[in-house]
Amino acid sequence: MSWDLIDIALMLGKILVLFFIVLTLAAYLVLAERRILAWMQDRIGPNRVGPLGLLQPLADVIKMLTKEDLIPTASDRLLFCLAPAMAAVPAILTFAVVPLAAPAVIFGHKVNMQVTDLDVGVLFFLALSSIAVYGVALGGWASNSKYALLGSIRGLSQLISYELSMGLSLVPVVMLARSLRLSEIVDAQAQMPFIVYQPLAFLIFLVSIFAECKRVPFDLPEAEGELVAGFHTEYSGMRFGLFFVGEYINIIALGALASVFFFGGWRGPLLPPICWFFLKVSVFSFLFIWVRGTLPRLRYDQLMHLGWKFLTPLALLNILATGWWLALR
Amino acid sequence: MPIFNDIKEILTGLAITFSHMLKKPVTIQYPEEKRPMPPRFRGSIVLTRDPDGGERCVACYLCSGACPVDCISMAAAEDPSGRRYAAWFRINFSRCILCGLCAEACPTLAIQMSSEMFPCKRELMDMVYEKEDLLIDGTGKDAEYNFYRHSGIGVANPRGGNRDEQPPVDARSLLP
Repeated sequence: MSWDLIDIALMLGKILVLFFIVLTLAAYLVLAERRILAWMQDRIGPNRVGPLGLLQPLADVIKMLTKEDLIPTASDRLLFCLAPAMAAVPAILTFAVVPLAAPAVIFGHKVNMQVTDLDVGVLFFLALSSIAVYGVALGGWASNSKYALLGSIRGLSQLISYELSMGLSLVPVVMLARSLRLSEIVDAQAQMPFIVYQPLAFLIFLVSIFAECKRVPFDLPEAEGELVAGFHTEYSGMRFGLFFVGEYINIIALGALASVFFFGGWRGPLLPPICWFFLKVSVFSFLFIWVRGTLPRLRYDQLMHLGWKFLTPLALLNILATGWWLALR
Repeated sequence: MPIFNDIKEILTGLAITFSHMLKKPVTIQYPEEKRPMPPRFRGSIVLTRDPDGGERCVACYLCSGACPVDCISMAAAEDPSGRRYAAWFRINFSRCILCGLCAEACPTLAIQMSSEMFPCKRELMDMVYEKEDLLIDGTGKDAEYNFYRHSGIGVANPRGGNRDEQPPVDARSLLP
């Protein structure tokens, strides 16, 4: 058998395994969020289905699948049905470039622990995170409801204000690693993770990813206090489920990328690489939940103000300072 | 710089939520964990016995009459000594609103509201409680009270035989 066939088989295997891991993680992240939020509010949370509530995600999925799938008569049917997929697919696709562990050597053949090692990995991630907002925008527009439309408008303007600072905060990382390839960015952090050199870029990136996956305090597109449920007001059943799962996959994906860009990805002492990777991802996921349990929602203009007048100039200054430092070194 | 103040506030908030995560939850998981109810709580209805172990209920129909939803029904009977009792006594808890009017109406303190929550059931017919289900072994709230020690003339005790009762007076002997 030639290596080509084995490569294809490996690729398919990696895709399947990754799909399984990501969807399981997302399902259990929903449970973890409900439990942790409950603990933060001195409650217990869902603990009825199975031991410690561990079968709750399964029950949720069954509930979602068996619910009536409503499509409003005034809606744009095609876009309405397409939008949930457009929210979930980019989130899963982001995982294609994330290195999960150190490259393994099988029969003298180097196998990367990522689906594909794109040489423009960072750009691929930025492109996908921009595409993800189409799900929000089209979903809100297609459902032909005022709340959904308001939510998607907010989602769009939030995207414009935060993609910029997110992209700019990654530029110093690329400058330090001298590569857009994610595996090389991880390799460049063999001695020292980039958080040590780039704490400011990390903070900007952190704030931006909170806005990117529409989480508290930047959950304006789905602000339940004023917009019912924002862009997915009209969705029900598994279509809503796709939006929901997409949001949680996004949390995991962005947590994984934050650990790749600033915390050395799978690198770490003592424990095996895959453990370090999932440890870092779960710490980030916990941070997302923790912040949701703590902070109130920002006002619309405050969000714009923070993005345009504060984070973007700061990120630009950070790039200048990094460039200066690299030139002097 | 206001920004440092803002960051400090955010960190304070995060610390507070984290500290609450480690606290014991206040939730009471009801069917497994039951909180002791206050003594005047109107829980499910019971029929009590007097201190001697006899049934207190004299089947006077007052509870049934007081009941605003008509969930109590019974049939009176008399034993050979002349003491009244309920041949059957039925409370339909699917109608009962636990208002406590029956317990207020009862002259013998037989029917009482216990402080136990009434359990939910899936079958409607399981909510209909018969006398055997309602009757408890204890005296309920008023442990000392025994109706027939004070009243029930000539039924449980001979006339004048009760504790705080004078021997009967021959009214004709008072005539001049």
